[in-house]
Amino acid sequence: MPLLEVRQLSKVFGGVKAVQNVSFSIDAGIVYSVIGPNGAGKTTLFNLITGVYTPSEGEIVLDGENLAGKSPNELARRGVARTFQNLQVCMNMSALENVMVGAHLRLDRNLIKAALRFPGLAGRDRQLRQEAAELMAFVGLEKYVGSRADCMPYGALKRLEIARALAMKPRLLFLDEPAAGLNPKETLEVDELVRKVADSGVTVVLVEHDMKMVMNLSDRILVLDYGKKLAEGTGEEVRRNPDVIAAYLGAHA
Amino acid sequence: MRKSRYFGLAVIVAVLLVLPLFLQNGFHYDLVIRMAINAVIVLGLNLLIGFAGQISLGHAGFIGIGAYASAILTSHFNWPPLAAMAAGAAAAGLLAALVARPIFKLKGHYLAMATLGLGFILAIAMKNEAAYTGGPDGMPVVPMSLAGWEIAGEKAWYWVMALVLSISVWASLNLIDSPFGRALRALHGSEVASQVVGVDVVRYKVAIFVMSAVFASIMGSVTAHYVGFVTPNVADFFHSIELVTMVVIGGMASVYGSVVGAVLLTALPQALATFEGWETVAFGAILMLCMIFLPKGLVPTLAAKLGRSE
Repeated sequence: MPLLEVRQLSKVFGGVKAVQNVSFSIDAGIVYSVIGPNGAGKTTLFNLITGVYTPSEGEIVLDGENLAGKSPNELARRGVARTFQNLQVCMNMSALENVMVGAHLRLDRNLIKAALRFPGLAGRDRQLRQEAAELMAFVGLEKYVGSRADCMPYGALKRLEIARALAMKPRLLFLDEPAAGLNPKETLEVDELVRKVADSGVTVVLVEHDMKMVMNLSDRILVLDYGKKLAEGTGEEVRRNPDVIAAYLGAHA
Repeated sequence: MRKSRYFGLAVIVAVLLVLPLFLQNGFHYDLVIRMAINAVIVLGLNLLIGFAGQISLGHAGFIGIGAYASAILTSHFNWPPLAAMAAGAAAAGLLAALVARPIFKLKGHYLAMATLGLGFILAIAMKNEAAYTGGPDGMPVVPMSLAGWEIAGEKAWYWVMALVLSISVWASLNLIDSPFGRALRALHGSEVASQVVGVDVVRYKVAIFVMSAVFASIMGSVTAHYVGFVTPNVADFFHSIELVTMVVIGGMASVYGSVVGAVLLTALPQALATFEGWETVAFGAILMLCMIFLPKGLVPTLAAKLGRSE
């Protein structure tokens, strides 16, 4: 049984059909990429699956449970994590705290116990800081452990989002253009990082425009165009698909 | 930075311990007690405004609930002061939850509007229910007593409020540096990011709103017993604005800023009394200058100048 199965998923904004009847499934442990021209509906698809948008129609089945229409925090509870195309880092917090927030659901969140600093909480907090620092090292941000988020460069913030998502200990991680806006060297580093994350056992779903990175990393690729599924398969299959070539080169088959 | 977490608290405690040596008369004590009461209210309000990024323009209404719960229940129904205080806090908390739950499902400035309206309604109710509240003239309140010990006189109240303030600062510091506090700050920083890591944002906003309302109500009860008299002015709109101003001037999202803002703005009208009739103008001018030159508030600006993050 696949880890995630999306059936006939659609999203309509007013008159715009951003995603139309898209179906696909993702097996556990693979890197799955979603590609397509700008406006193809990739980010909308991510927003639907992570609960940020409510689908107009269709099912999102994770481990046999239909989660369509559930809120983001309910999806988070079931091990779905994500990063954002346009950064969503909390600039009012330190870098380390941003990562610590990722562990939210694994922590004792009681208001009164926290205010009165119940015994045991301080130790747990110290342990969490340690974990968060290790995660920052894992994504290559060890030198920013003591930084404020608003003092970090763009490329580092992109990786900070990945560290925050990993702090959730997710089963399924959605990366929305992790290399967008990065220079070639940084892109290569992110490429390696995604490989490392996938090797650690997290199923990765990737939206990315850097084709080299996509071809290099992906076990399977879904191609979207105008909100519709154009093709799906391995890198090689997709590359040879005439519809895909037409969509990317702008010709009409 | 981690080590100095309680440094400011230690300073506050030290100042509170030494301060009576410099307080020469009842008027001085009274001023400090009112500063401390305001500081506790502002601490709660800053958790809501500064840390969680939500605004309340009717917080004085909750102070009024506490004040009148204490006044009415002790005089008309002979409740013990502590029970009346608890009842007021529960009522304020319940009302806050009832108002906040539907509002926080909406995005935008609805909370500002709703709390504004709520504050007005409460103030009007306190003016009009004269049979219970004494109307615009107000009503007397019995002194506070704890297990047979009556708190009377400025000195006793000073030590009570010194203790309450110290504990409130300590609890606020603990809270913002806990999973709950980080979730609050995260939903302020990026609501969608906090949602996708699992923060139930509506629940957190409601929780902090209720908590700040409870703080305000308890301090309303304290004020009523301390002053021995309560009028509908406690729930006044201008009082709400004054509290928000203390948050902003002291520094949003700053625990120590809350205390500094409360202390300064409680003292300022006294200091300006020499302006004879022009004090409101001077007050407004000072606030404007603060906002122009210290837009982040006193404590965060000074902390940044000194190269430390509070």
